[in-house]
Amino acid sequence: MTIKTVPDTRPERDAAPVAELPRKRRRAGLNGSRWAAAGFAAPLVVYLLAFYAYPLIRSIDLSVHDYTVRAFVQGNAEFVGLQNYIDVVTSPLFGQALGNTVVFVVGSLIFQYAIGLALAVFFRNSFRLSGILRALFLVPWLLPLIVSGSTWAWMLNSDNGIVNSFLQAFGIGQINWLTSPDTSMIAVIIANIWLGIPFNLVILYSGLQSIPEDVYEAASLDGAGAWRQFWSITFPLLRPVSAITLLLGLVYTLKVVDIIWVMTSGGPANSTTTLAIWSYREAFGTGQPDLSPAAAVGNILIIIALIFGFIYLKMQRRQENS
Amino acid sequence: MTARRPWWKTMLGIVFTALMLFPVYWMVNVSFTKTQDLRLSPPHIFPTDPTLDGYTEVLRQQLPNLGTSLLIGLGCVALTLVIAAPAGYAIALLNMRGGRTLNFVLLVAQMIPGVVMAMGFYAIYVRLGLLNSVGGLILADSTIAVPFGVLLFTAFMSGLPRELLQAARIDGAGAWRTFISVVMPLSRNSALTVALFAFLWAWSDFVFASTLARNSVLKPVTLGIYSYIGNNTTQWNAIMATAVVASIPAAILLIVAQRYVAAGVTAGAVKD
Repeated sequence: MTIKTVPDTRPERDAAPVAELPRKRRRAGLNGSRWAAAGFAAPLVVYLLAFYAYPLIRSIDLSVHDYTVRAFVQGNAEFVGLQNYIDVVTSPLFGQALGNTVVFVVGSLIFQYAIGLALAVFFRNSFRLSGILRALFLVPWLLPLIVSGSTWAWMLNSDNGIVNSFLQAFGIGQINWLTSPDTSMIAVIIANIWLGIPFNLVILYSGLQSIPEDVYEAASLDGAGAWRQFWSITFPLLRPVSAITLLLGLVYTLKVVDIIWVMTSGGPANSTTTLAIWSYREAFGTGQPDLSPAAAVGNILIIIALIFGFIYLKMQRRQENS
Repeated sequence: MTARRPWWKTMLGIVFTALMLFPVYWMVNVSFTKTQDLRLSPPHIFPTDPTLDGYTEVLRQQLPNLGTSLLIGLGCVALTLVIAAPAGYAIALLNMRGGRTLNFVLLVAQMIPGVVMAMGFYAIYVRLGLLNSVGGLILADSTIAVPFGVLLFTAFMSGLPRELLQAARIDGAGAWRTFISVVMPLSRNSALTVALFAFLWAWSDFVFASTLARNSVLKPVTLGIYSYIGNNTTQWNAIMATAVVASIPAAILLIVAQRYVAAGVTAGAVKD
């Protein structure tokens, strides 16, 4: 899954003369294809400008103006500079939303990755029915989030949910999963872990498949058991794939709106209001769309995502160099 | 590759899968439960006395929405493939200038939260009159899949044997010819994988649908379910029936195409 860049195809200068002819040809071909490359990439570049850059510019534009509904239609919103950002950051909700985001992301990622990896190792060597079972594991991933969200909401219902009636069989009293501020975050994290396991399983499983079998054979000839093999072969060799899995997981989790919105709408008492939920609620969650502060929150979220993105890219570069 | 201890692993695998799929089972179970049995404690574990009331209701109300979702999903697949496959080819195999930068931009693009994109699209669509249109929703939904598509094509194509491409060039094939007759046939599984995800993400999208198509005549099914929940907080059997119906196409698609997903991802491993 690592994205290799081109330089490794370039011929070395002191190559043997026998290989000179095809190498020259290749270099000419590569130079000649520069324009072709630009042509093939052109639709993407246009697309990115029109459907990524432009909406982003619009959202920055929203965040530095005071867009009321009327100003939106008339197009004469007042320029307020960074005032929306100042309002958002000094709002008492900001610290809470940031904390909720951290708890939601870290809680989800740790369990998704650990369970996904354990299952990937479990499925590594095929056994009877393993293909079908692995396919079934992907089902939660494909369900629309709104479907999973409403299913979990009903399962975690205080009075009639299956989870509470199961717990009651063990003498545990009623837990108000979604209606108590103490447990609502745990509830949405549980649902989100469930959603993320298939993704982790697929990526990590495919990573495991690219570890050559003879490495394991050599290790077991040397007397390494399954536990030892995992920590000295699987885990280290899987590190690049793990990094990608966790980064993508982080990105997806930071953005999560649907599942929380369907289950709790950010409540009760903002206990599940992440930055993404806050932004969504300000913009579209109430009858009165308040796009300017919503855009400010959203843009802060982008900055957080980018910080992690740069950490990841630096990490990846170091891996390529070593 | 036959396993040494197949049967206990199979048993364990079945237990894991059952645990994992329990919520899905529960959704189906509740969808068949009669309204007066919904409040039973403890609830029925099996639909002993099933009813189809939820489903008849759902099919009457949600059929147009399912059609809309299908249309949006297919539109997104087409758009994503047309943009992502050539771009992957340019970055992976044509030694494109700025390929590294483009990869970087795509990684960054994937990090942008849907909420922010939705606000940007909303502001643009208000002016262009694209709110509540299927076309506008296809364009917006495709932004979920395009960066992923390009990165996947790039990763797979850079694993293709270079000798094959050199042979094509020596035979006089140009960049376009090589793309169509050599690279794309080899990348079939990647294309299927990208198409699969583009479809599923568009089908499942709620954020764009709930912001850009709130008052649309043609609603995607996710929005149908959401407004259904808002109106029927007591009839969970009907809500779950809608959920089951909305899940069927996605589930079929995965079961049918699952081997392509696996093949597409692992095929990249067959290289030096």
